[in-house]
Amino acid sequence: MAYPQAAQPQPVPPPSVKVILTSAELARMVDRIAHQILEKTQGAADTVLLGIPTRGAPLARRLAARISAFEGIEAPVGVLDITLYRDDLRRHAVRAVGPTEVPRGGIDGKRVILVDDVLFSGRTVRAALDALNDLGRPSSVQLAVLVDRGHRELPIRADYVGKNIPTALSESVKVTLAETDGSDEVRLIAGRAQS
Amino acid sequence: MKHLLSGADLDAATATLILDTAAEMANVAGREVKKLPALRGRTVVNLFYEDSTRTRISFEAAAKRLSADVINFSAKGSSVSKGESLKDTALTLQAMGADAVVVRHPASGAPHRLANWVDGSVINAGDGIHEHPTQALLDAYTMRSRLGRIAGLHVAVVGDVLHSRVARSNVLLLATLGAKVTLVGPPTLIPVDIGTALAPGTEVSYDLDAVLPTADVVMMLRVQRERMDDSYFPSAREYARRYGLDGPRMRRLPDHAIVMHPGPMNRGMEIAPEVADSPRSTIVEQVTNGVSVRMAVLYLLLGGLT
Repeated sequence: MAYPQAAQPQPVPPPSVKVILTSAELARMVDRIAHQILEKTQGAADTVLLGIPTRGAPLARRLAARISAFEGIEAPVGVLDITLYRDDLRRHAVRAVGPTEVPRGGIDGKRVILVDDVLFSGRTVRAALDALNDLGRPSSVQLAVLVDRGHRELPIRADYVGKNIPTALSESVKVTLAETDGSDEVRLIAGRAQS
Repeated sequence: MKHLLSGADLDAATATLILDTAAEMANVAGREVKKLPALRGRTVVNLFYEDSTRTRISFEAAAKRLSADVINFSAKGSSVSKGESLKDTALTLQAMGADAVVVRHPASGAPHRLANWVDGSVINAGDGIHEHPTQALLDAYTMRSRLGRIAGLHVAVVGDVLHSRVARSNVLLLATLGAKVTLVGPPTLIPVDIGTALAPGTEVSYDLDAVLPTADVVMMLRVQRERMDDSYFPSAREYARRYGLDGPRMRRLPDHAIVMHPGPMNRGMEIAPEVADSPRSTIVEQVTNGVSVRMAVLYLLLGGLT
């Protein structure tokens, strides 16, 4: 008696990887955001750039370097680690806490621009706003991101966007930077759960 | 890591992670809002069967800075004085939903027993003459922040090693982190073979003056009179003369060397006031660092999926 054949496991296709931004495009985008910050903040007076680790931190430093190159203004740069403010701490194994560096002069009364690589659910930014609240009282807070991939879960939007990239939830966007990964690139990876 | 019971529970990577996390936690003390939300809704019970000032307050401050709820339990004025056993007390705490129990107990090994009875994490805050791992971590943190490293340091642990849980935990942790430890004290207060039994490479000396010129760190231990039912040395004056750290002895140390003491001090006995108040002394820093280190331990035990 012939049993029905068990379904053969489908071979998992290798995740398709598409380069969305090359190194040169990424550099132009950082230049543009730096110009936009200068324009929107009337010359970046009283402005502090805070990068959200991992890749927001080098991006914030690059933006400050470009602002300095364009207008000779040294905007203070810092790092804001949001680990202890995450809303999913208890859903994962314990996460290592990274450094938070608030520039000398603090953030009280300053315009703080949060810098991150990818804006997705908005939960990281929510955590960053909470963390900021415990550090001091900025006069205003803005958000700069390299890529906005949509799928917001909170009422949050960015003030400066390098590129809007429509994505499916099943895709992931991977930003690599020379400082952290050895090279500058933004890739769209299909068919892999977002980490 | 579920519990922190012994200095031997920590490998070099975990110990370094705790020290690095503590360094970030230390920044919170300088902020406008000295609080982090990481342990909101978690309950930490301080279960203290022995008197303590700095350790209990330090754990309480650490838990509160991480937004955990803290319940303080001391054996005095509780059902323990009516004869309740450690196990029944533990089950009561369990029923109240304690996520972590910080326990200090006069019996060596009590935290290990407790760890089998409760679901939550157990942190040893000192058990008898056995161990006190968070003290060893805060000492290591203090050495690292003052001297920039731990590996390769020569640490002299001086005094009542026999009754000292601080010494045992320090020997274990410092060996893991690559420091060389010499235990110094009168032969009556240094168990035979303790060095090799805890960590190979640990040395023993009965002559403080011979050890001082090469020490990077001198850790003075308290003479624990409450644990002494025998006379281990002829008189307090003789002890102070041979093993007390006074001004002239301190000046035999290398210029960069630091003097530590876990507290509470017997001024004039194991440490002279001149030494305790000198710039080499890290005694007050150790208290401050204790809060940061305990925050790190609580976060790493309770902060994630449990």
